[in-house]
Amino acid sequence: MADRTTLTLALMDAPYESARSTTALRLLALAVRRGWNVNVFAYEGAVNIPFAKQAPHPNAVHGRDVEQEDHPNPKDWVAAVMAEAASRGAKVDWVQCGLCVDERGAAESIPGTRRGSPADFWKFVEASTNTLVIPTR
Amino acid sequence: MATKVLNIVATAYRATLEEQDDTILWLSHVLKGGGADLDVLLRGNAVNYAVRDQDASGLAFGDRRQTQPPRLDEDVARLAASGARVFIVGDDLRERGVGVDDLVPGVQPIAAAELPGLLGRYDRVWHW
Repeated sequence: MADRTTLTLALMDAPYESARSTTALRLLALAVRRGWNVNVFAYEGAVNIPFAKQAPHPNAVHGRDVEQEDHPNPKDWVAAVMAEAASRGAKVDWVQCGLCVDERGAAESIPGTRRGSPADFWKFVEASTNTLVIPTR
Repeated sequence: MATKVLNIVATAYRATLEEQDDTILWLSHVLKGGGADLDVLLRGNAVNYAVRDQDASGLAFGDRRQTQPPRLDEDVARLAASGARVFIVGDDLRERGVGVDDLVPGVQPIAAAELPGLLGRYDRVWHW
């Protein structure tokens, strides 16, 4: 089998706070569409991106109920990208910084993510074609 | 007498795809709807919120498509229509090549030099 390109992303931003987390997921989705493997090291607030208890809500300002609002939860975006990766024979290996998870009580993340540490980030870096850091500001 | 508040929005497109709106425009809508005497000033990159005919549709991750993309221009226009005054810094528009004709109805351009006078008319000024 030909070697696949492997990209590592280090993310820091919490969901619902900046444009960077959505941009990071768009890059992740594009890499997966190209059939690349992608490693993600979710650091600090980014561990809440795949938090399993996110829930959609209605929006009275928009005049829409919960179904009409179809409010996006990033955990679902992550799951969708993981499913697409699997359909293309690629893999998204998503590591949650364990200490960051503990600080935030965010242990319940969606299936396909796993607890890890900066040591996993370093392993990712050494095994990847390239690494993109998207820090918080 | 009611407390008069000016919400200043400077940072644009902060999590607007996830929220499907701007959080401070949304908060302004809610407070205004609750009876607050509240106006909004758009400055910096946020002046672009008032530009007509923005289209943020098309976002998709795998099989999940966003069905309700943010409509920030419409949110600004509705805020103005609700009775809030929506000011916009004309100097910031010009720096970005945005003309007044490009804006949704109801927003009021104001020169940067006029801001001290404007801010002085409010009991609370919140720079988000």
